[in-house]
Amino acid sequence: MNCDADKVIYMDNNATTRVAPEVVDAMLPFLTDCYGNPSSMYNFGGQVGTAISQARGKVAELLGAESSEIIFTSCGTESDSTAILSALQAFPEKRHIVTTRVEHPAVKNLCENLDRLTGHKHRVTRLQVESDGTLDMERYEEALADDTAIVSVMWANNETGVIFPVEKMAAMAKERGILFHTDAVQAVGKIPINLGKLDIDFLSLSGHKLHAPKGVGVLYVKRGTPYVPFLAGGHQEEGRRGGTENVASIVGLGKACELAGKMMGEENSRVKALRDRLEEGLLASVPKSMLNGHKTDRLPNTSNISFEFVEGEAILLHMNIYNICASSGSACTSGSLEPSHVLRAMGVPFTAAHGSIRFSLSIYNTEAEVDFVLEKMPPIIAELREMSPFWKAE
Amino acid sequence: MWEYTDKVQQHFLHPHNVGEVEKPNGTGEVGSLACGDALKLTLKIDKDERIVDAKFKTFGCASAIASSSALTMMVTGMTVSEAEKITNEDIADYLGGLPKEKMHCSVMGREALEAAIADYRGVMLPMAEGEVVCECFGVTDLEVIRAIRESNLRSVEEITNFTKAGGGCGKCEDRLREILHATVSEGTVTPVQIVGHPKRMTTLQKIKKIEEVLEREIKPVLRKDGGDIELVDVDGDFVMVSLRGACTSCAKSQTTLKEYVEKKLRELVLETLIVEEAK
Repeated sequence: MNCDADKVIYMDNNATTRVAPEVVDAMLPFLTDCYGNPSSMYNFGGQVGTAISQARGKVAELLGAESSEIIFTSCGTESDSTAILSALQAFPEKRHIVTTRVEHPAVKNLCENLDRLTGHKHRVTRLQVESDGTLDMERYEEALADDTAIVSVMWANNETGVIFPVEKMAAMAKERGILFHTDAVQAVGKIPINLGKLDIDFLSLSGHKLHAPKGVGVLYVKRGTPYVPFLAGGHQEEGRRGGTENVASIVGLGKACELAGKMMGEENSRVKALRDRLEEGLLASVPKSMLNGHKTDRLPNTSNISFEFVEGEAILLHMNIYNICASSGSACTSGSLEPSHVLRAMGVPFTAAHGSIRFSLSIYNTEAEVDFVLEKMPPIIAELREMSPFWKAE
Repeated sequence: MWEYTDKVQQHFLHPHNVGEVEKPNGTGEVGSLACGDALKLTLKIDKDERIVDAKFKTFGCASAIASSSALTMMVTGMTVSEAEKITNEDIADYLGGLPKEKMHCSVMGREALEAAIADYRGVMLPMAEGEVVCECFGVTDLEVIRAIRESNLRSVEEITNFTKAGGGCGKCEDRLREILHATVSEGTVTPVQIVGHPKRMTTLQKIKKIEEVLEREIKPVLRKDGGDIELVDVDGDFVMVSLRGACTSCAKSQTTLKEYVEKKLRELVLETLIVEEAK
């Protein structure tokens, strides 16, 4: 299959990323010759086990963690479920959870279905966000209760890129003996993380968001944190996650973490500059457009912009003509009939929420691509507004 | 990504009749910004009651824009009484079909047309009456009942696809189910097996249809009680199924099988089917 990847202007890196060529190279031997089972006694399998250990070390290094604290999983969603359900089983008498209104569905829907999953009644406090997508720390402190089992708050939001102060929030939870989980799927590789110095008990990450393949994730569990496996079974991952290892992808994730460590500087300088150029250019050239989310407490690669009085799916399909890839929080693209729960929690008016477009860049984007998007977007918006019954040219 | 037909793509990317007719004598405005789509249709109708010009302005997704463009093409040149007969299915057919989740876009087209014709005649639309069932999208029971009848809807999910009702907070789902059952059992709807379902079906056709009905109608009901059902085999008119979950230990499972599953499959697939539990 030919996807014409070289013709595409890919600005949807919070959805998924290109697998880095270096990662592919690192994986290939494990898809061909090195097919041994890492659990086997002979050297042909054992050497595969060594490769997994090395990958574990590289993930740990990027996170500032110890190798023994890294558990490989199948995806971010599995990591999230494992962490939250583990805490509830470790403290069966505690029936309260604190989370936010803007979590990814992996956490949001899990929390909404806890009663059914566990057979126990739970109270879930979902923290409201401000209009710029940030959290009120006083409200967070008030939410922590004696029977709170776990706090689950994302490190950075996938739609707006807004970063939450999880370091501080984890410390506040720890003071009260509450476990802290963070879904860091969007943050890892984009901002520096040093778990050794933090009170975070669980952290989820997903390979395909940082140039590793889909189908591999990690759950970090701090040494000493009570832990109950989600997938029981074999002795893999020291009995903490059964199932034969997805060797090639794990090796790929190790390589991707090594690269992410090296690229962190570029991500926060060149990529950030490209993002700012795109954002400032669009806000200046398209009237009635606005930024969703805090301007500075934000990932360096993400920009969520609303174009009022036009609908997101229509915008995306016009962008598609030029092979520009991005996403939208509009109802028509969310799979439901309502616009993004994140933008609604922030109180973004419907007029703007339906017309929101998220651009998320990566180290593979170029200045020429940004300029191309800046050239194409204003006429697309203008054409759709001509058609909109709500648009009055000013 | 949605699978749009070429015709939808054409009408979306190069829509016809964008704008407003000068001095229209029929204007229909439906939808709202909050709902995520809205359409303003303006018509110029001559003294012989013929629509000589039709234009639209639409806020919405690709299928909303394409449906609007298609609608203006369809009605131009028609008399008002001809245009009145246009259904949402006609609009969807003109476009070579719409994804099922997008059928509400064609409904919006028909509603705008009705509103414009009512405006031309200076009458109130009966649709404005009725009790609001879905507060998120402001859909009334009369609109829901009409959609059920016109498009032979058979599930709450289909009602949502066609009218948007139930697509927001979901609180009205039970009410929608009641309306669905009441409307269907009134017998005002043509039973599905008569239209478009040949009396003789190949085994493959049967399997496909049975699977579809199991997924759409039967499984959701059984799952509510912790049960489930799988299709094991189809041999002639014999349908072998396996009951799962709570059904396996339920004393009433045989009754469920005959009284509910078999009845439903006979109603919606083929009258001669016999359902048995695979051992």
